[in-house]
Amino acid sequence: MTEKENLDIEQLAEKHKKGELKASDRYKIPPQEMPAQDGVKRRSNVSEVATGYTETQARLEAMRCLQCKNAPCVEGCPVRIKIKEFTAAIAQGDYKQALAIIKENSLLPAVCGRVCPQEVQCQEKCTVGLKFKDVDKAVSIGRLERFAADLSGGNDSVPAVAAQTGMKVAIIGSGPGGIVAAADARRAGHDVTIFEAFHKPGGVMVYGIPEFRLPKTIVQKEIDVLTKMGVKIVCNFIVGRTMTIEQLMKEDGFDAVYIGVGAGLPSFMGIEGESLVGVYSANEYLTRANLMKAYKFGKGADTPIAVSKKVAVVGGGNVAMDSARMAVRLGAEKVYLIYRRSENEMPARIEEVHHAKEEGIEFHTLQNPKLIIGDENGKVVAVECLKYELGEPDDSGRRRPIAIEGSEFQIPVDTVIIAIGNAANPLIRQTTAGLEFNKWGNIVVDERCKTSLEGVYAGGDIVLGAATVILAMGQGRIAAAAINEYLSNKKKLNSGRMSKEF
Amino acid sequence: MSHKIVSSRQLSENVFTAEVEAPLIAAARKPGQFVIISINNEYGERIPLTIADADPARGTIRLIWQRVGKTTSELSALKTGDTIASVAGPLGCPTHIEKFGTVICIGGGIGNAPLLPIAKALKQAGNKVISILGARNKELLILEDEFAKISDELIVTTDDGSYGRKALVTEPLKEVCQRNPRPDQAFVIGPAIMMKFCCEVTKQFNVPTQVSLNTIMVDGTGMCGGCRVEIDGKPKFVCVDGPEFDGHKVNFDLMMKRLNAYKDLEKRAHEQYLHNCKIGLDK
Ligand SMILES: Cc1cc2nc3c(=O)[nH]c(=O)nc-3n(C[C@H](O)[C@H](O)[C@H](O)COP(=O)(O)OP(=O)(O)OC[C@H]3O[C@@H](n4cnc5c(N)ncnc54)[C@H](O)[C@@H]3O)c2cc1C
Ligand code: SF4
Ligand code: FES
Repeated sequence: MTEKENLDIEQLAEKHKKGELKASDRYKIPPQEMPAQDGVKRRSNVSEVATGYTETQARLEAMRCLQCKNAPCVEGCPVRIKIKEFTAAIAQGDYKQALAIIKENSLLPAVCGRVCPQEVQCQEKCTVGLKFKDVDKAVSIGRLERFAADLSGGNDSVPAVAAQTGMKVAIIGSGPGGIVAAADARRAGHDVTIFEAFHKPGGVMVYGIPEFRLPKTIVQKEIDVLTKMGVKIVCNFIVGRTMTIEQLMKEDGFDAVYIGVGAGLPSFMGIEGESLVGVYSANEYLTRANLMKAYKFGKGADTPIAVSKKVAVVGGGNVAMDSARMAVRLGAEKVYLIYRRSENEMPARIEEVHHAKEEGIEFHTLQNPKLIIGDENGKVVAVECLKYELGEPDDSGRRRPIAIEGSEFQIPVDTVIIAIGNAANPLIRQTTAGLEFNKWGNIVVDERCKTSLEGVYAGGDIVLGAATVILAMGQGRIAAAAINEYLSNKKKLNSGRMSKEF
Repeated sequence: MSHKIVSSRQLSENVFTAEVEAPLIAAARKPGQFVIISINNEYGERIPLTIADADPARGTIRLIWQRVGKTTSELSALKTGDTIASVAGPLGCPTHIEKFGTVICIGGGIGNAPLLPIAKALKQAGNKVISILGARNKELLILEDEFAKISDELIVTTDDGSYGRKALVTEPLKEVCQRNPRPDQAFVIGPAIMMKFCCEVTKQFNVPTQVSLNTIMVDGTGMCGGCRVEIDGKPKFVCVDGPEFDGHKVNFDLMMKRLNAYKDLEKRAHEQYLHNCKIGLDK
């Protein structure tokens, strides 16, 4: 930033403070670009790609917000953060206040600021973006959220906990939904225990979403806050196997349960060659790389991962982008992203697509594998693909991809990563009698996240199918509110009964 | 929560056993189930091990493993009083036990360990149990006495004839299958290649056969798909759908290839480990 621009910001801030910053002034401020690690350099490290706004950038970006009366952005936000209030606080340089406003509605701003798909949520509805007819020019609400969270990082306050109620709540799964449900139930004074199947808490935020997009220290900080609040975390505990939900309630005296076990079971395509050596589900590939740090194999880490030269990733969502970008970092020379529709239909966030291209990932759109070819040792040597064209829109409103007959061709690869989505994990279903599921295997809940079993609530991907961090968090919060109410009624009922008996 | 080793012992040149504190798993486990362990939560590899036995009263489970790679070597170097960082389980579906009539239990090498609790349960359910145990040589044969106690008939084979009958397990298996009346059910646990050939024999004689598969695993909850095998042409996950499957439907050839996926890398890690041990880097 030059001297002159620094001066500008003070003048702008002064005007902002007096309420004299007009819409026309605000429109003139250019959208602030997110600083990022160089595209070539970052191919060989796992450090975070987007490095975060500077203070000046954040304040300028915040001043782009028009402070709309109706704040349409808030409607786009699943947890209804008071957006214009927090952007105004940033514009004024009051970052603590900004974070306090965000935290009224969202518990994990450092995470959400990084991984929420803002371009289809708050930013899609933003007046500024609409005015410029370009969602990329909307106020960068997510980046501002991240800025506020990062700046005040470290001195995170621990929320107050009410007096012990003597009620026990079990939280199954430590993903974003579980974390929020645990915090909210603990705040109400309940004795809360999180049961996690893996050896480390955090759910997809630690084993799925890669370090270069969401540093694990950020998730760990949120977990530490829970521990400080007195939430117990038991790892390597697989509910349904180590103990069932029924046992937790009947034998261990848990009064209420939140099920947040995530989506779980990876889908495969059902094509020939999918069990060959070198074919991974994205879940396995990313878990080996993230949770077990396979990128340090031979340098401390014990978990192996394919040493790949040429990798094909199948799919067009965030998970596919993460896998492709992880493969680059694990040393692959060529990474192809194979997607059967066109780039317009890709469900991945625009920013991720953009980053993937910068890192040299080759996009093969309107193509899809027909079979995977292996050598005599069962190792992958190529994928055979078909070319596709787009037909009429299907039920999802996207144009249906249609295979072009006779268009087969081969791409030589040694690794194939399948990232075409997840089905519901069957473990809880297999082991919990009386719990209602829909035909896709997702748990059925009412609008307060209550399941068909008394005292049992559920949320996140196991209810919604593969969704987002923020939606899981939102449900965790709704469920905890319902649990708190259920338990306070239960307590009243119990004490009523007691006084009659004595 | 780490898990203390209550006692440990070497069973043969490369086979070790330990009794490990894990009260919840000891209470919940049933024959056929396994655990996933990791020695180091930060950088460790997660490997599946079958539960050979459990003592719910003492809150311990018995693990038996073969020293093959880095993690199993490290595990073998642990002593009584040391701890294992993670022990998760019990995983997998328990074995379906009922009164079949006459059952043959065929164990190969380290496979005797997971087979023992199944054979015990079958005996308790009123079956006539014929056990066939195979090993490369006398040194490598484990749990013979335990099997002798619960079997109506016990046949031991070694590849080199250093003990019992000099044969592969498929030989006596074939003879037992030819008996009249024919056995009603077979259970086979051992190296993939041995299970494959046993299944070829029992298929000839139409003896229904359960095998227990030990694949590469990561989470053990159905999340990663790394443990998938082909059953009747369809992918199944060993950790949630198994570990036991109808042996006549398993694609063993593919499974063996997948088991070798990381052979070179694992060898490298193991050599590095041995090297570090020699020069005194690791403990
Ligand atoms: C690679 C990848 C990238 C993604 N990127 C984004 C993104 O950029 N933005 C976004 O918003 N969303 C993203 N998502 C989706 C998002 O991560 C999920 O929607 C969200 O994490 C779901 O949260 P959850 O609370 O349902 O639990 P999850 O995060 O799914 O965690 C569930 C936890 O429960 C544990 N568990 C499972 N079964 C049991 C059991 N039986 N007993 C005990 N514990 C159990 C699991 O080990 C896990 O830790 C991504 C997902 C993936 C896989
Ligand atoms: S819609 Fe955009 S400009 Fe309007 S209040 Fe929200 S962020 Fe600000
Ligand atoms: S071990 Fe991951 S799905 Fe079975």
